[in-house]
Amino acid sequence: MVKAENRWKYKKFIKNIMLYALCALVAICCLFPFYWAIVSSLLDSTHLFSTELWPSKITWANYRCVFGDSTFGSSFLNSVIVALLTTLLTLAICLLAAYPLARHKFPGRKRVLMTALSVTTLPYVAVLSGMFELIRVLDIYNEKAALILSYMIITVPFTLWIMTNFMNSIPNEIEEAAIMDGASRYLILTKVFFPLLKPAVVTTGLLAFIAAWNEFLFALTFTLTNQARTVPVSLALFTGASQHELPWGLIMAASIVVTLPLVMLVMIFQRRIISGLTAGSVKG
Amino acid sequence: MHINFTPLGRKVKKSNFSHWIFLAPCLMVLVLSAGWPLLRTIYFSFTDATLDNLKEINFIGVENFISLARDQDWWQAVLNTFLIAFVSVPMETILGMIIALILHRNFRGRGLMRAIVLIPWTIPTIVSARMWAWMLNDVYGIVNELLLRAGVIDSPIPWIASSSLSIVSMILVDVWKTTPYMALLLLAGLQGLPQDCFEAAEVDSIPFGKSFVKIILPLMKPTIIVAVIFRTLDAIRIFDLVYILSSGNSANATMSVYARKHLVDYADVGFGSAAATALLFFIAFLSVFYVSFNRKKLYNVG
Repeated sequence: MVKAENRWKYKKFIKNIMLYALCALVAICCLFPFYWAIVSSLLDSTHLFSTELWPSKITWANYRCVFGDSTFGSSFLNSVIVALLTTLLTLAICLLAAYPLARHKFPGRKRVLMTALSVTTLPYVAVLSGMFELIRVLDIYNEKAALILSYMIITVPFTLWIMTNFMNSIPNEIEEAAIMDGASRYLILTKVFFPLLKPAVVTTGLLAFIAAWNEFLFALTFTLTNQARTVPVSLALFTGASQHELPWGLIMAASIVVTLPLVMLVMIFQRRIISGLTAGSVKG
Repeated sequence: MHINFTPLGRKVKKSNFSHWIFLAPCLMVLVLSAGWPLLRTIYFSFTDATLDNLKEINFIGVENFISLARDQDWWQAVLNTFLIAFVSVPMETILGMIIALILHRNFRGRGLMRAIVLIPWTIPTIVSARMWAWMLNDVYGIVNELLLRAGVIDSPIPWIASSSLSIVSMILVDVWKTTPYMALLLLAGLQGLPQDCFEAAEVDSIPFGKSFVKIILPLMKPTIIVAVIFRTLDAIRIFDLVYILSSGNSANATMSVYARKHLVDYADVGFGSAAATALLFFIAFLSVFYVSFNRKKLYNVG
């Protein structure tokens, strides 16, 4: 008996070790590129090519250079403004739209949801020329409005989808009680629903912000000058005299500056982001 | 028009109409950002529009599509796109499944692991492309350095510079970036399964391999199918990563990169739109194929 128990304990011990070993492997694979970018960003140009896994001498010169660069500064500001405005606008219109979609059955409801879902699979390059024309007609080329308008094609469909799912899960009785008390639809939405929807708003807001922050194709196409660019575009167009003369330390420092806010958001709101990511697709 | 009657017999038409008032801003944005531009792109693909001249354009029929079909570079782009999609999605699914199974277990540090796994997904694609381009740099890259030190290779490998290897690099980076997403989708699927299945298998001490094939895989089939469909459709429009890692080399462009290059860099809106429309067609065809296939499969399962 004792022997069997020992063997069982031994087996469990081995299993645990294997589990943690696998975890370590996965963690290394996920984090190493990020770690290496940090290491490279902390080296001066003479030590950059040393490939030491642990830097012996670090310098903040690259970061000073990144923050001192006015082009990068304006790109960063552009990214913040565009991503925030896109998120707020998306949330506002999707909150309104999700309400009837989630709470009422009416003809055309399913078609709206299916349209939103199919827009998420659209190749964005297929709207490029039409969007270009529209942006020219509206005279917003090289301006933030052009980016916000085009980003909505990405953020609105999934936000609408997730928001509708979330609203669906709120019990009907709450709404009925409000109707019984004589509340108007507007009042129901603002005083009853929004407080309950706070977690959903945080989740979809984060996802929309990340999507807008990371967007590249539209930002590359609809901006022309350094002052109008967002961070991903500045990073992509950051080139030295030739492939081998790329200022890698600087690029890595800029990359870290761009990524750190997102990584922190993810660390803090991990649960919310995951629930949003999976609610959007699995239930579909 | 649906007309509801209240118990008193009054017609209440208002409520149905007000649904559409709530929906109006959202629908307007969808039309303005997706519907209308999409239709215009399809229209442009039958014309000789250029970037400087979008107004006085001539209808030239399918001429753009004929020259597209004759362009060797286009077919190379099609091939590259499907190569990337059909190699990286299965790899992501397998790796994602392994990670999902790990995260599904109850162990200390599980929350931390989930956050760590999410990081590659969070990093902007442009940044990950740059990070990996630096790591895979043929002269100074850490990857070559480590491989050389370990004695796996004798001379540095030109990961990015060689066009056949750069596709491999693109697949590698794409797998790195999107496996977390896949893992989380599959994890949500695993958590949605009746948990007593897992416990029963453990109590009966069925070897993991067997319980995986006989229990988990069949139950997970619908989730896996949906995840694979979404990821495949997403992989076919891949742009950011390829734009950076191909550095303008048309031998390893994908369809999106090819279309944008003609549309913007060569200012040939008509031809570029034709390429974009062709990509749209591929995606539409695949979605229809997947949806019908999926339905049949689901019915078979029960």
